[in-house]
Amino acid sequence: MQITRGMRLRDAKAYVAERLGVGPSDLSDSLMMTEVRREHELGRITTFEMSYATESSAMESKFRIAELLGLPVNCVQRFRQHAGVA
Amino acid sequence: MMENSYPTRAGDGSLVRMTRSQLRSELEEGTQAAAKRAKVPPLTTDELDHLLDIWASPARFSAVDIGDEVVLTYDGSGSKTVGTRTQDLLIYEQMMGADSVELAHVDYSFKAVKTILPHEAQNMKDAQLVLTAPVMYGAMPNLGLYCRPDGPVPNWSELLPLTKIEEARAAQEEAVEHAVKDMVQVADAMWEAGADGIDFDTAGAAGDADLLATLLAVEKIRAKYPDMGIEVGMAGEFVLGMHGQLEYDGVRLAGLWPREQMELVQRAGATIFGPAVNVNTRKSGAWNIARALTLVKPCMDVVEIPVHMNVGMGVGGVPMSSYLPLDAVSRASRACVDILHLDGL
Repeated sequence: MQITRGMRLRDAKAYVAERLGVGPSDLSDSLMMTEVRREHELGRITTFEMSYATESSAMESKFRIAELLGLPVNCVQRFRQHAGVA
Repeated sequence: MMENSYPTRAGDGSLVRMTRSQLRSELEEGTQAAAKRAKVPPLTTDELDHLLDIWASPARFSAVDIGDEVVLTYDGSGSKTVGTRTQDLLIYEQMMGADSVELAHVDYSFKAVKTILPHEAQNMKDAQLVLTAPVMYGAMPNLGLYCRPDGPVPNWSELLPLTKIEEARAAQEEAVEHAVKDMVQVADAMWEAGADGIDFDTAGAAGDADLLATLLAVEKIRAKYPDMGIEVGMAGEFVLGMHGQLEYDGVRLAGLWPREQMELVQRAGATIFGPAVNVNTRKSGAWNIARALTLVKPCMDVVEIPVHMNVGMGVGGVPMSSYLPLDAVSRASRACVDILHLDGL
């Protein structure tokens, strides 16, 4: 939200939190966010659970992030274009 | 009774001890020095009290309150010593939990990068496939590379001592044209390769012409790519007048302090502004942080875009040292967030 929308931190946190259905302070709670990211398939840190073979990969996660946040993500748009995906 | 002393850092990073009274004095002198020089208000008593609480502590690490965390952008991510650059970025994302990462070449100048642009663009495309965090591309405007012997235009640093003022100014104006073209060309390639944004690091390092080139490039890139992230990180707190007469949008660039720098960066179309305040290595860390906060604080009253202050080696109250002490980095970072309510670092 900051990089592409130039949104200030307070507004960005509120926007993302609302879209994820959590509170703004939850965004920096690593325990809660691991579950939120798992639930929405937004990509996770692979430190403890070694295999996420059945979950989304980085690019696949970014498709979901773009949709969830209503945000155009450049590489996602280009992936769609190159892959011929609508 | 003798007053307790605390371990703290000098501006060169060396460990020294100061009492609470000494730290208070350093903080007050730092803010007054900045206020006098930049003609801005000094920090308030409450703000100085808070800084004193952060600095007068033997703790190895200091941090913001839970819930007050900010996001980080970088000027380069990785050491370039482990595996590939993409692996460096993955280490930042997966092991350090970086909010964003930045692909960069070791030359870190747009002019140098232009010569290997297809390679850099391919690296960006490959990195985007395996990273989830936003991937920026970063480099420096580095206007000095456009003058002889490295570039095509006469060397203004040689002309100025000869009092060839007009020739020196003409050379800088020509260099601006070359630099703008290169920066836009790199941005074109990176956007086509899927970059989330571009970072102009150390804008204004070669003076007012360097900053003008950056602002003109930002303006062109914003017009072409409305959704592209554009971060402008400054080289220092004060724009040197190597040309002296250059203006952007009717504002003379020489002599601008952070607030005026921010207003132009914002007007040009950037989405993130990175003020930089250089460290005086002969002063204490406490003196330097008070000075840095005083200079940047006026930005925060009026800014509309996120502010990611430069807080690292030799800037933002962090000592000038290759191997930064965590106690100093964490105190400076916390102070910037607590006092300025920044959007990121």
